[in-house]
Amino acid sequence: MPLSETGDLLRVEGLTVRFGAVPAIEDVSFALRPGETLAIVGESSSGKSVTALALMRLLDPRACSVSGRALLRGPDGRETDLLALPERAMADLRGRALGMIFQEPMTSLNPVHTVGRQISESLIRHERLSPRAAAARAVDLLAEVGIPEPARRASAFPHQLSGGMRQRATIAIALACRPRILIADEPTTALDVTIQAQILDLLHRLQQETGMAVVFITHNLGVVAEIADRVVVMYAGQVVEDAPVAALLEHPAMPYTAGLMRSVPRLDAALHTGRRLLAIPGNVPDPRQRPAGCTFHPRCGHARPDPCLRARPALEWAAPDHRVRCARWQEIAA
Amino acid sequence: MTRFVLHRIGQSLLLLLLVSMIGFALLHLAPGGPLAQFALTPGMSQEAMQRIAHQMGLDQPLPAQYWQWLRRLLVGDWGRSYRDSQPVLWVIGSHLGATLELMASSTLLAMILGTGVGVLGAIRRYSLADYAAMVGAMVALSIPTFWFGLVMIYVFSVRLAWLPAGNIATAGDGSLLDYARHLIQPCVVLALVTVATWSRYMRASMLEVINQDYVRTARAKGLRQLQVLVHHSLRNALLPMITVAGVQLPILLSGALVTETVFTWPGMGRLFLDSLGYRDYPVVMGLLIFSAILVLAGNLIADLLYVVADPRIRLT
Repeated sequence: MPLSETGDLLRVEGLTVRFGAVPAIEDVSFALRPGETLAIVGESSSGKSVTALALMRLLDPRACSVSGRALLRGPDGRETDLLALPERAMADLRGRALGMIFQEPMTSLNPVHTVGRQISESLIRHERLSPRAAAARAVDLLAEVGIPEPARRASAFPHQLSGGMRQRATIAIALACRPRILIADEPTTALDVTIQAQILDLLHRLQQETGMAVVFITHNLGVVAEIADRVVVMYAGQVVEDAPVAALLEHPAMPYTAGLMRSVPRLDAALHTGRRLLAIPGNVPDPRQRPAGCTFHPRCGHARPDPCLRARPALEWAAPDHRVRCARWQEIAA
Repeated sequence: MTRFVLHRIGQSLLLLLLVSMIGFALLHLAPGGPLAQFALTPGMSQEAMQRIAHQMGLDQPLPAQYWQWLRRLLVGDWGRSYRDSQPVLWVIGSHLGATLELMASSTLLAMILGTGVGVLGAIRRYSLADYAAMVGAMVALSIPTFWFGLVMIYVFSVRLAWLPAGNIATAGDGSLLDYARHLIQPCVVLALVTVATWSRYMRASMLEVINQDYVRTARAKGLRQLQVLVHHSLRNALLPMITVAGVQLPILLSGALVTETVFTWPGMGRLFLDSLGYRDYPVVMGLLIFSAILVLAGNLIADLLYVVADPRIRLT
């Protein structure tokens, strides 16, 4: 179905990334609506970041093979498959239609260029601003992301800013050309909790102001509850659940999602009931040797030899906007 | 910053003192000596020899001789050549230009080639070109400079007769073209080792940079590949190369010594070998001190350049 009929801004279908013979992500699909915040949640090495990098086409084509489709609806309503674009055309979209911010503010800015220059670069590249106009706009952008004394900070080098300030600067870079989609790969993971909250507020405010859609990658369900409209849960390179945030948090259909929620620390529970955290036993399987059947069955309390070990479950519709990859979700829910 | 520079200059002076002591001692330990040439003169008597030795101050104990030499040096008197009685500084000065021209041109050539080869090896890692560069660098480092120079002369001067075999200019022809034709071979020979070393360092430095997060950020901005390469990779990868250039300076100087001799290039290197042959101690010592100053100054300049180029480094 064309995007114009579903109203989606971006639709990812069957996205698979293989490093040699090893699949990092398999058959990932999800849709993003204009202005929506989609959270992609999962443990380390569940394939969240690879998904984001594949969408931005920032993976080294010599190291991996990417297949599937990622359809983006343009301002004129036309569909473009990001994965099929020539590199030059993709570079035109990067930083303009698609902005990205990364996990490590300490290393994601170039140490030898001023912050201002690193912002103006994309303005000069995409909006054909003169260096002088771009530099002035960069100062505005720094003010917009809440950096005090923006004119002075623009001529500062990254090492002269704190972690939180640097992450604000990377947000200013990503948003310089007003992208329609912002991909944020764990933007708050490396920051202090108080700074985390500030950055989340900032992203929320900027989203309200610009109407952009956000793909927010995180392993933190607390953050998800705060910002997401829709959640995609990934496990071992696959989407295992995809639902609106309220439905997912109230009635998780996949045992893995339920397990993730039980392992979120809660102050009130710890204080009043003395209940300890329930961790999901075991680890995410190595991509080179994922278990047969359901990839989650070795860690799942609901796993039965039949059907969980027999075959990889399909992603089923549990409700009109709720998908789940579990062979026993109906029995478990009952 | 000023403190750093003063500190470094102080260190350099100490080092110079040490270099001069070792140089002086080694020179006088070597068999022969400036008197050897007079010994061959027919009819030279033992008394005459001793008189000459006394005049030249060679009959005094070594430490006294060194002290004499150092005291004069400190007041700017570098002594006079035994060969033609010209002041040592004047002799060095008259050979300095040729050496600097040779070193500068070959360094420029080496850096351009070495940077290109190194960057290519990094971005096309493990490609045929990368392996070719690796083997080429190994061969270049293994070939003795004098031998490579002789092969060049044999091929381009003797067989093909394209280029002059030596010297800096054809007598009576002062044109720039003539000079350039003379420069080509020694320049290439001297550049060979530097290209090899520089390209290997450059490749390693570049490999380290291109996997950095900030390069990915630059690509995520949609910058063109060339822009990412030049502004966000090469710019960073060149920083450590400043130090490499400083360290390369002594290698370049000793390379110039051999190259100038092979191509009879009238520079400091050839002057050094000639003076050594004549046991012209004042000139040899002068050259030793002069090149030591050149190397130390070069390294200090490299360190200061690093501060200018890398905003993260602030000297205290």
